[in-house]
Parts: sequence; structure tokens; C-alpha cells
Amino acid sequence: MSTSLRNNEHVVLAAAAGCLLLAGTSLAFYWVPNAPVEGFRQRIFYFHVPIALTAYACFGWAAWKALRLLWTRERRYDLESYTAVHMGVIFGILTLVTGSIWARTSWGHWWVWGSRQLVLFLVLFLFYAAYFMLRYSVEPGPRRANMSAVYTLFGVALIPISFLAIRLAEDLVHPVVFTHDVQNRLTGSQLLTFLVCLAGMLALAGSLYANELTGKRLDARLRELREALQ
Amino acid sequence: MTYLGDVFALARKDLLLELRSRDTVPAMLLFVVSTLVVFHFALPSEASATAETGLLWVALLFTALLGLVRAFVAEREERVLDGLVLAPCDRSAIWLGKVIGVVAFLVAAEVVALPAYALFFRPVGWELVAAVALADLGLAAVGTLLAAMAAAGRARELLLPVLFLPLVIPIVVGGVGASATDDPGRYLAFLGLYDAVFAILSWASFEYVVTE
Repeated sequence: MSTSLRNNEHVVLAAAAGCLLLAGTSLAFYWVPNAPVEGFRQRIFYFHVPIALTAYACFGWAAWKALRLLWTRERRYDLESYTAVHMGVIFGILTLVTGSIWARTSWGHWWVWGSRQLVLFLVLFLFYAAYFMLRYSVEPGPRRANMSAVYTLFGVALIPISFLAIRLAEDLVHPVVFTHDVQNRLTGSQLLTFLVCLAGMLALAGSLYANELTGKRLDARLRELREALQ
Repeated sequence: MTYLGDVFALARKDLLLELRSRDTVPAMLLFVVSTLVVFHFALPSEASATAETGLLWVALLFTALLGLVRAFVAEREERVLDGLVLAPCDRSAIWLGKVIGVVAFLVAAEVVALPAYALFFRPVGWELVAAVALADLGLAAVGTLLAAMAAAGRARELLLPVLFLPLVIPIVVGGVGASATDDPGRYLAFLGLYDAVFAILSWASFEYVVTE
């Protein structure tokens, strides 16, 4: 329960995130050869997909913390789960933005309903934005912590169900015209770049998470002290 | 009392309250029929079957929302929920009793809505009826839990739609797919899967939503 900002682990994590992202960006722009069909624009893949996977990791982490909260009834998990959802939503928005850019350069439209990942992230974005509404409209306390945890657990159930629904809906209304199909033919250099970028994004999310959590704990501690003084 | 006895006592309470006060169901009936009439004017005259089925599902979804917003009004205003939580019964029985009540309201609304749809738009097949029945279970299961959450918040009537709609997008996909394609089996199975997953989750987690 450290609230100190001079925390060595945080600094190491942040430095690792910086180095890895720098390395990943240089690899993606200068080392990996152009993709055969998509050419130069395919390089956004090294940012878009790691960001999306990081968002999933954040939501999964939030659900794990939520489960721990319901299991042990320890209050600190509430803040941890909330912070993880917060990070997940930030990376989710970045996924929507990078996906939109990719759709624009590849297919000429900013939004493509045929792209499963984008549609899924839109649903998840709406779902987790409602999570913030829920938190802001309920009085702070153990009941709010429980509700937020239950809602977060619904989120991890919603991810696969929505994915399935979107696939079914594609067969129904939108024939599959566009497929990324990049993952199927990753070469060695592409895979290495992808992994470096993924590690960088995960480290970045972890670093932001640790910082945000420290800030929120400081906030809570300050409030407690103020109340004690009054 | 046994678990099922508790559940039926709670469901009976909701249905009796509705029979005596007639607050919710008449409003749902009127709402769903007026929505269908609005859709008739909103759609171009040569609209496809998929568009019309889709709009029926939108109407059903909003009707369910109307009923769910009312679901915990008595519990909140008369502080019934505190009493129920104190009662020596399993908390999930409260959820199950409420779900039975909500499903009954939804079925009552659909008994009017589906014939009205058949009259105004196009005939109703068995797939649509099966899909609506499966969707009712999912809508009631998820909706009851979320309504209990929203009832604790400040802006309840605003909060529930925002929480509810992203979660039920898969139901719309399954429902429209089952009633507008040649292969309804897959979509019905998907609706069944959705019901099973979210009913179990809601049943298991309701206790945490009403207690501290």
C-alpha cells in the first residue's frame, strides 16, 4: 500500500515502457520490410493490435481484482479494479482511433462495420463508459464497490459473447468483404517487432496503472486525514 | 420455507401488486403498440423484412426497459428491499422472484405486440415466437440485476438504459438473426447460450448488489 511517488519499481517500469516503445517504434518504421499487399500502411498493425490486446489485459485484470474483492471483501481491490478499468478504457479509445485510421487508409472509410475488432471495441467502450456512470451516481461505500465488481465481471462475460454475436451478425447483414488476415502470415521480423511493441504497451499500461493507483490512494488518504482534522 | 417457496411468494407479491394497481403493464402495452405505429411512418413503404424485424426488436427492447425501470420502484420508495434483505431467505430468491414477475409482464406485452406486428407489417413465424421467448429470459435476467443496481443510484431512470443497452446488443443480434434468416437454429442456440451465461452470473452475483 505504498503512496510514495519515489518508488523504484515505478521508475523501472516506466523506463522499461519508454525503452521498449522506442525500440518497437524504430523497428516498426525502419527495420521491418513493407508488407506485400498493404505496403507501408500495414505498419499501424504494430500499434493497433498491441494496444487492443493491452486493453483486453486491463479489462481482464480489472475482473480479476473484482473477483478478489467479492471473494475476500477487502476494500483496496475496489480502487485497483477501478483503476484497471480506467486504463482499459483509455487503451480501448486508442484502439478505436488507430483502428479507424487503419480503416481509412485501407478501405477509404473512417468506420467499417465489417471489422469485428472495431465493432467489439465500440460495444465494450459503451459498456465500460456506463461503468463510470454507475460509479458516479452511487454513493461511495461497500455497496458501490460490490456493484462495480459485479459489473466488471459482467464485462469479461460480455467480451466473448459479443464477439460471437458480431460474427453471427456479419453473416446476417454484412458479408465479410474485408479481412485483415495479417496474423496468418507473420514473418520472423514482423513477429519480433510485434512482440516488442506488445511488451512496450503492456509495460506502459502497467506503469500508468501503478501511477494512477498511487495518485488515487493519495487522494483517498488525504480525504481521510481531512475528515480526521475536522 | 423452501427456496422455491420463497421465489413463488415473491413473484406472487409482484403480480398481485400489479393486478391491483395496474401501473406497469397497461403502459407497456400502449407503448409497444404506439411504437409500432411510429415505426410504420418512420419506415419507407418498400422496407425489407430485415428492417421491419429489426424495428420490432427495438420496440420490444424499449418496452422491456419501460417495465424494468418500474421494477424496483416499490422496493425503493417503500423501503421493501431492506426488509427483504433482512428476511431469512437466500438473496438470490429475491432476484428469481423478480425475474418471474418481469417475464410475466414482458409476455403480457408481447401477447399484444406480436399480433399487432402481424397485423401492421408481416406474419409472425414460429422462429420469431421462439426467439422472443428466449430473449425475454435474457432481458429479464440481466435487466433485473441492473435495475437493482440502478435503484441504488441517484439518476435511476437515466442510469438503467445506459447500463442495459450495451449488455443486450447480443440479444438483438440473436433475435433479428433468428427471425430474418433461413437458418434460425444457430441464432436460437446463441440466445440460449446468452441466457444461460448471464442468468447464472446474475443469479450468483445478486446478493452482492443488495448487501454491503
